[in-house]
Amino acid sequence: MAATTLSKITKQKKISNAEASRRIGDLGWTPTYVQALVKYPTDYVLNKIPKDPMRQVLRSYFPMQDEKDNRVFGALDAGLRGDMFRNVEPRWIEWMKLFLAIIPFPEISAARSMAMLSHVVPGDNLQTGFATQMIDELRHSTIQMNLKKWYMENYVDPTGFDITEMAFGKCYATTIGRQFAEGFITGDAITAANIYLTVVAETAYTNTLFVAMPSEAARNGDYALPTVFLSVQSDESRHIGNGHAILMSILDNPDNHLLLERDLRYAFWQNHAIVDAAIGTFVEYGTKNRDKGKESYAELWHRWIYNDYYRSYMLPLEKYGIKIHHDDVEAAWDRIVKKDYVHYTAQFFSAGWPVNFWRIDGMTEADFEWFEAKYPGWYAKFGAYWENYRDLSLPNNPPSLWVDTGYVYPHRCWSCMVPCLIREDFVVDTVDGELYTYCSDLCRWTHKYAFAAEYEGRPTPAMGRFSGKRQWETIYHGWDLADCIKDLGFVRSDGKTLIPQPHLHMDDSKMWKLEHVRGFELRSPLLDLRAMTPEAREKHIAEYKKGFTIKRI
Amino acid sequence: MEKQSGAAGSAIFVGWDSRQYNYYTPKGRKATLYEDVTVDVQPDPERYLIQDWIISFANGAPAYNKALTAIKSSNWHEYRAPDEEHERNHFARQSEIEETIKIITTSARAQGAARNYETGWVKILQDHVGALKHPEHGLGGILLVAQRDGMTQMINNSILTNSSYKLRFAQDLLLYLAEVSLDLDGALDEGAGKDHWLNDPIWQGARRAIETIGGASDHLEQYFAINVVYEALVTELFRSGFVMQCGAMHGDFVTPAIVATGEGDYERNLANAIEMFHIFAHDPTYGAHNQAVMQGWLVTYVPLCVAAARQLQPIWSQTQVKRVKFVDAYERAKHRISNTLAQIDVALPKEAQL
Repeated sequence: MAATTLSKITKQKKISNAEASRRIGDLGWTPTYVQALVKYPTDYVLNKIPKDPMRQVLRSYFPMQDEKDNRVFGALDAGLRGDMFRNVEPRWIEWMKLFLAIIPFPEISAARSMAMLSHVVPGDNLQTGFATQMIDELRHSTIQMNLKKWYMENYVDPTGFDITEMAFGKCYATTIGRQFAEGFITGDAITAANIYLTVVAETAYTNTLFVAMPSEAARNGDYALPTVFLSVQSDESRHIGNGHAILMSILDNPDNHLLLERDLRYAFWQNHAIVDAAIGTFVEYGTKNRDKGKESYAELWHRWIYNDYYRSYMLPLEKYGIKIHHDDVEAAWDRIVKKDYVHYTAQFFSAGWPVNFWRIDGMTEADFEWFEAKYPGWYAKFGAYWENYRDLSLPNNPPSLWVDTGYVYPHRCWSCMVPCLIREDFVVDTVDGELYTYCSDLCRWTHKYAFAAEYEGRPTPAMGRFSGKRQWETIYHGWDLADCIKDLGFVRSDGKTLIPQPHLHMDDSKMWKLEHVRGFELRSPLLDLRAMTPEAREKHIAEYKKGFTIKRI
Repeated sequence: MEKQSGAAGSAIFVGWDSRQYNYYTPKGRKATLYEDVTVDVQPDPERYLIQDWIISFANGAPAYNKALTAIKSSNWHEYRAPDEEHERNHFARQSEIEETIKIITTSARAQGAARNYETGWVKILQDHVGALKHPEHGLGGILLVAQRDGMTQMINNSILTNSSYKLRFAQDLLLYLAEVSLDLDGALDEGAGKDHWLNDPIWQGARRAIETIGGASDHLEQYFAINVVYEALVTELFRSGFVMQCGAMHGDFVTPAIVATGEGDYERNLANAIEMFHIFAHDPTYGAHNQAVMQGWLVTYVPLCVAAARQLQPIWSQTQVKRVKFVDAYERAKHRISNTLAQIDVALPKEAQL
């Protein structure tokens, strides 16, 4: 006879989770004395009340999250006991200075964006979904800040981690991450918090961010990042469920379809432009692991974005009468596979190393061999650049950007904030009488037509606008490089040695100081372009689109 | 070249020992973990955000906008939450509460505790504790929206955790009453609470007040109205001044224990609110302005909540054992709000008498 279990002895009648969720959905009511204001409006009209597919109940949520936290923090302790940092690859950890400076703000912005959805999504069924996502995002933001602190306390070169949130506000690279995060919390509530954040960023791109990238971390001896980020990713299914429930409500009203098509285009392209640039660089150029059997970023993209998202999630939307822009997905794929998007991004970050707040290790012969195997023809295009970078990595040289190697500092895209790296796709346009530069025609469309007061004749009063000093280069136009770095605060505790270095030498004699970077002028390509005569500008654009050829020094 | 170890101290060079976040000033002698994971995560153009906010709303308003509150500050970043909550201690506390409730209710149900509740008390649980879960949920919902708009991460996270506590407590009440109903074979009508919340004159003052708070556009006004005024005069009055006092004398040792978790939450949320509004009231530049703003809020919300409190009075007469008096509970509520205002250092205007 089988033993009787404790739970059998103590079994009590319970209400099921589904029933609990249904009753929780009845906790809200429609105000009759005073109507709540809609602070964050939308141009969408949602009539159908979305249902919570995850049937979330806080009674079970909190113990589950607490347990997840215990496991994460226990694993960090185990990492230290196992002397993880002795074997970790500094090349990898250096890139975490950039990644972890960016990611906590998008995370907490996602928490804030739940406020926007809460007001515009009808019914109360998803209220617990918004609450758990809000609390999840607080978790993600703070657990990532804690991971960064842990790196700072235990990694050989803590500088860069120590200034992290200041650097996030100032760096020319983190502006790309701010574009990502501000997209979650501004403008039309549904565009921002549902389509851009949940339907695209979380459903598609958290897979490359929080699954593909941690795998590469593990290959570089970093077991902490996978521990934290896979735990983070385990929360995402709830958010994807929220997003899909609202998407179904949107689809229910055909009047929404035009806006939905606009937002899917904008959101997919921006996510591609921003996330693939950053994560592609970390995965391909932050690793020391050159196992040819592992997937390249292009292969990972094909798995997670093309198959898992585009084919399984986006394509089925066509049956609701939504036009899916297959050509955009193909164009993104081509940019990664045929147009070297990730390789040009890594080249850009490394060319701009003096204004970074992390070190960038040069590529070696082992790297060259792997790149050539995974991306045939890579060496012919990028080999000379990285050889020059290595040769110019010590401070007895000028910074590589000011050496005549043939490299042309790129224009910045006004829309996605990533530079216009694929030169042949570079476009300019005039919006409200001002000239702007874009990395692609879709980014031009995003600025000129999507973020506007009307879309294809339909008023869109809730849509956001691009604003601020969007191009970092305009702030330091005409500045001396040394003064710029000082102004940024990217200088070490002696007041002289730079935080960024184009190498991994942990040796004062090989580290660049302010004196090594004085006398080099920073320019804003956009301001220079605007200052040109129409003829000169046309010529410049034609030259830019031709690209450049790197000379070996 | 020998592989460089990645371990701290394996090489000595400039900056090798810079192992603390150095871009903000801790409140105390040393930075706390709460501060390290919280301060400056939401950037600010007046600190390090040199490019300003780069996406605006259609009217040009930036992502975070000082104009969304009447409060002014010469240093929005001064506030640190006294409860120092970030994700780990928030989850730990919330989880601990859920586990505690589980132990209490499992044990009580095993003993058939609900069958020993006095019959009239069951009706009070059904009608009025059942009604209470709705304002608790409503406050959580208002705060969920309010956590979007503060000018710093510290402010918004305090509002966020406050929302989390209120929503959890509302759900705990709902699930507890559902279990009581199960144990009493449906003798407790679960739908009655909402009906009382929506239609019973006893609760209409409370509903009017909360809907007024929900209709405000100023997130700090909502945070103030909820913690300083509404909780003290309405929800705490009922939780602490009635349910927790009366339960045991009607054979109910369970409900007061569950309600006690909500009281514990409120003590933390109120401590945060007092600290925040104390800072605003003593702002070197805008202190007088902020005190006037808060007094304006008191003029709006105190009369509403006083009326709401007085409308709740008949509940105290519905118990079989009449040892607890409304007047005593209300005195304690008055003392609570007076004490809170004294700590913030804001005088109660004459138009807002208790």
